[in-house]
Amino acid sequence: MPSFKKILIANRGEIACRIMRTAKRMGIAAVAVYSEADADARHVRDADEVVPIGPASSAQSYLDVKKIVAACRATGAEAVHPGYGFLSENPALPRALAKAGIAFIGPDPNTIAAMGDKIAAKQIAAKAGVPTVPGHLGVVPDARAAVAIAHRIKYPVMLKAAAGGGGKGMRIARTDAELEEAFRRAAGEAKTAFGDARLFIEKYVERPRHIEIQVLGDGHGNVVHLFERECSIQRRHQKVIEEAPSPFLDAKTRSRMGEAAVALARAAKYCSAGTVEFIVDRKRNFYFLEMNTRLQVEHPVTELVTGLDLVELMIRIAAGEPLPFAQKDLQLAGWAVEARVYAEDPRRGFLPSAGRLVRYAEPAGDGVRVDGGVYEGAEIPIFYDPMIAKVAACGKNRATAVARLAQALDGFVVAGISHNVDFLAAMLRNPRFRRGDLSTDFIAREFPKGFGGVKPARGEVELAVLAATTAHAITTRSPGAESACVMLDGDDFPVIARRAADGVTISRSRRTQLVRTDWQPGQPAMRAQIGKVEAVFRIERRGLAWRLARGGAAFEAMVVPRHAAALLRRMKPKPPAARSRHLVSPMPGLLVSIAVTPGQEIKAGEALAVIEAMKMENVLRAERDGRVARLVAKPGDSLAVDQVILEFE
Amino acid sequence: MRDILRRLEEKREAARKGGGEKRVAQQHEKGKLTARERLELLFDPSTFEEWDMFVEHRSIDFGMEQQKIPGDGVVTGHGLVNGRRLFAFSQDFTVFGGSLSEAHAEKICKIMDQALRVGAPVVGLNDSGGARIQEGVASLAGYAEVFQRNVLASGVVPQVSVVMGPCAGGAVYSPAMTDFIFMVQDSSYMFVTGPDVVKTVTHEAVTHEELGGARTHTTKSGIADLAFSNDAETMLQLRRFLAFLPSSNRELPPVRPTEDPGDRAESSLDTLVPANPNKPYDMKELIGKVVDEGEFFELQPDFARNIVIGFARFEGHPVGIVANQPMVLAGCLDIDSSRKAARFVRFCDCFNIPIVTFVDVPGFLPGTAQEYGGIIKHGAKLLFAFAEATVPKVTLITRKAYGGAYDVMSSKHLRGDVNYAWPSAEIAVMGPKGAVEIIFRGDLKDPKKIERRAEEYRAKFANPFVAGSRGFIDDVIMPHSTRRRLCRSLAMLRGKRLENPWKKHDNIPL
Repeated sequence: MPSFKKILIANRGEIACRIMRTAKRMGIAAVAVYSEADADARHVRDADEVVPIGPASSAQSYLDVKKIVAACRATGAEAVHPGYGFLSENPALPRALAKAGIAFIGPDPNTIAAMGDKIAAKQIAAKAGVPTVPGHLGVVPDARAAVAIAHRIKYPVMLKAAAGGGGKGMRIARTDAELEEAFRRAAGEAKTAFGDARLFIEKYVERPRHIEIQVLGDGHGNVVHLFERECSIQRRHQKVIEEAPSPFLDAKTRSRMGEAAVALARAAKYCSAGTVEFIVDRKRNFYFLEMNTRLQVEHPVTELVTGLDLVELMIRIAAGEPLPFAQKDLQLAGWAVEARVYAEDPRRGFLPSAGRLVRYAEPAGDGVRVDGGVYEGAEIPIFYDPMIAKVAACGKNRATAVARLAQALDGFVVAGISHNVDFLAAMLRNPRFRRGDLSTDFIAREFPKGFGGVKPARGEVELAVLAATTAHAITTRSPGAESACVMLDGDDFPVIARRAADGVTISRSRRTQLVRTDWQPGQPAMRAQIGKVEAVFRIERRGLAWRLARGGAAFEAMVVPRHAAALLRRMKPKPPAARSRHLVSPMPGLLVSIAVTPGQEIKAGEALAVIEAMKMENVLRAERDGRVARLVAKPGDSLAVDQVILEFE
Repeated sequence: MRDILRRLEEKREAARKGGGEKRVAQQHEKGKLTARERLELLFDPSTFEEWDMFVEHRSIDFGMEQQKIPGDGVVTGHGLVNGRRLFAFSQDFTVFGGSLSEAHAEKICKIMDQALRVGAPVVGLNDSGGARIQEGVASLAGYAEVFQRNVLASGVVPQVSVVMGPCAGGAVYSPAMTDFIFMVQDSSYMFVTGPDVVKTVTHEAVTHEELGGARTHTTKSGIADLAFSNDAETMLQLRRFLAFLPSSNRELPPVRPTEDPGDRAESSLDTLVPANPNKPYDMKELIGKVVDEGEFFELQPDFARNIVIGFARFEGHPVGIVANQPMVLAGCLDIDSSRKAARFVRFCDCFNIPIVTFVDVPGFLPGTAQEYGGIIKHGAKLLFAFAEATVPKVTLITRKAYGGAYDVMSSKHLRGDVNYAWPSAEIAVMGPKGAVEIIFRGDLKDPKKIERRAEEYRAKFANPFVAGSRGFIDDVIMPHSTRRRLCRSLAMLRGKRLENPWKKHDNIPL
């Protein structure tokens, strides 16, 4: 009984696509809305109907309640799913929809409002008997009051913005002086980010784990929980890897946390899917953090271990249906892990990246689920969250799920923009992660200097040698056995390769094995069965070299005849010839903009300036790494050929 | 008899030593390989047959009669590269600095003559201090003999020069007349007059590298087609390169089997051209996605980057690709890009290599520099080259094809065999804005009116259908089907026969 015939999804990206998938399966037509920047976006392509809602800026499009309501009216959508982010936790949307007689696929606006205020939420939780972090339940008026509270609850303490989220306005303090300073800065940040400088204070739990409980309430008095998700792997309070169940919880803690979450949801008269977030200390004490009154980004892991479709349940609840199951019907089956793929550069402080997605191929495999929001050839706009996809994998236990996810990431092809796939793959191979020894400071501790690639183990290098040899043998189609040398990272690996019907037979250090693969030249990923190991490499040919990537490690290998290897080794690396210290205009034109400032560190390939010539914008990029010394020309200047625009150090 | 045989071995051994251990060590010290080591990398193992190993110079002046080294500074012969016959000479810097004597030149001429007779390419590995001064005019005569053969072989067999050390003065003209020049970064240079003479005459202080190094010739002069990081890499890349070329003008380029399906669709090409006509995109993405296995062997990638040239294959058959690059100077034609592409088109036409042209050209680059530099005649070279070419010509207009530049870029009117356009193509005399400012000059004071006129013009002319209605475009195709359509056209054209009227030779505007 599909209760709605048409719903509108007030969102974009992967979550809009994911909601549409369920809607289509339920026989419900899906309406997409899109900003000017998203006219060719995947969620627009996937939708049954589309409505433009204004300029690229979110404030004038995805955050504009009036436009969403108007789009519903124009298309006859009976309900709105807000996804996450944007208007999902803004009570103004459900209120406006209610006035227009349109259903909201989410909780009651008053619940949203209550839970959106962190102080009010903590008060509700305390009343429901849910443990909260020791602190001050109320707005802290000034720094002095903050210090007094800190003395009572003991350092370290954390300041948080009452209206906050996403880590903005959060500050940790360990001394009075730090706290006074932190108070000033947090208030300022909160004011800028949320237009609300109110702060509250609580005890800071050291090296905590972030574990959350998925709840569902149907408005008919039924409230259940769907167990936990652990989201301790975070970077600047943004989750990166999530899993269900948590490797940390025992059955007793799990059920106590579940009960606490249900109690809170009941107290809040919660009606939809929601998430109660807790922090858990090393002794498995848990404290209520906040309640998210929406579908979470990481909901797929819960779906994979419960077999439920949370979006479907949300739609049915919004249509007034009761939950089709009770708590006792629910059980955990297996393990699921999810990684978020961001358009960002882990090698450069995780700066977001935008541009054309030149290559994009989602992985597939047993137990692998990809929630993508883009396609090859799509443009990643600069205006929105840089997450482009989520990859999740499940299996009968944690090790299987992690291995499958790692494999999936190895085969995830993204090119044209910077991305964090290698970083994710490296994390999944981290021994601490494999042990399940997680904490919210995991990334800061394990990657203190950021991510610069993984130094591969010997076994990984051997696999790369075999993969490069295989690629070479398939590409050159040499008919007989070819005696070659793989030159990889300063080492020589002699091999003998012979093409076989289903791959390449490679002899190497007195061992002969078949590398089974259906890879063909030009394909961006190679899946190979090497003995018992199934390995996936991303692979690209650059001149004579093969560039391979797997598990966060990158390899560059040349496969050459043996006599050539000896001569190539004799070639001395040459120092790069001195290059110009100036960025000069390559053409006569108008300097439109300069993207850098004096003193700024720049990397090869980074955009430096834009020149308009022949009525076209030309982006000038850095030829190598360096630092900007000074700007010589200014935007608006008319440039001649070879005129200096800026100087490097 | 055994002694006689051993004597041969001893003689060979002496010749193989070149200039001796000390000089060989010096060559290696410079990061360079010897003449024979280079050949060893170039040819398939044990296929090289050396000729004229025992040739010695005949000079008797300045004590030269005391210094004789068998081979006389150049190794010549033939062998197989990827199983196909190739002739090569490799100058030996360890012997008299690789300088060119009369005998040295005769060796080169001998293999060139033979290559021409059997129809096989000639590769020259240049590493020479220049003329053998002790021989005077005999050495100069030697150069000229080589030049003459370069010219006669031009268009008959492919000729490739690799500059792997010094190449100065008259010596530069042999490479200059061959089809392609490769260089080695930081260890090779080419110039007509060296830094010392430059300093004396013009008071310019300039280093060898700045005046004629690989970077100079791959970015500023466009003399070199490619430069590689060292000798060994250069030889291996040369092997890759030769696999695209036929052995002579009597043959078709070699076919390499591929599993890459000719009907492979690339849906991402549907979004390659941005909605905003002033936004650039990377033409090399299109090339990479439609050619076999994504393999594009680009030439002159750092010179006149507003046009892209290079070799690729469709269904195993080599083609030459010429493409405007909107990322650089909006892809316009100027002096450098016209010269770069024109010579490439003529090479392809000489050697039966079909030409695939991707067009996004807003016109010719305006300005005094271009006009004073003779853009009229340089632009005409490309027009001439496309027009005279009789090989299969397939053209795809992705976006702009404005004005005279539309005609130039292998248009239907220049005997283009198959001319396609994407739906985003705009084939017109000029862009809408420029056009209405001329047609409706009277309305110039009213920006609203002009805008409306521009919109009208855009709707009417900024599309491929006007050209399509005249038959100037054979079909408007979906971007994602580009590979399939190109493969199909090239397959259809494999039987193409077309001849230009008999003439002694044409008179291209040089």
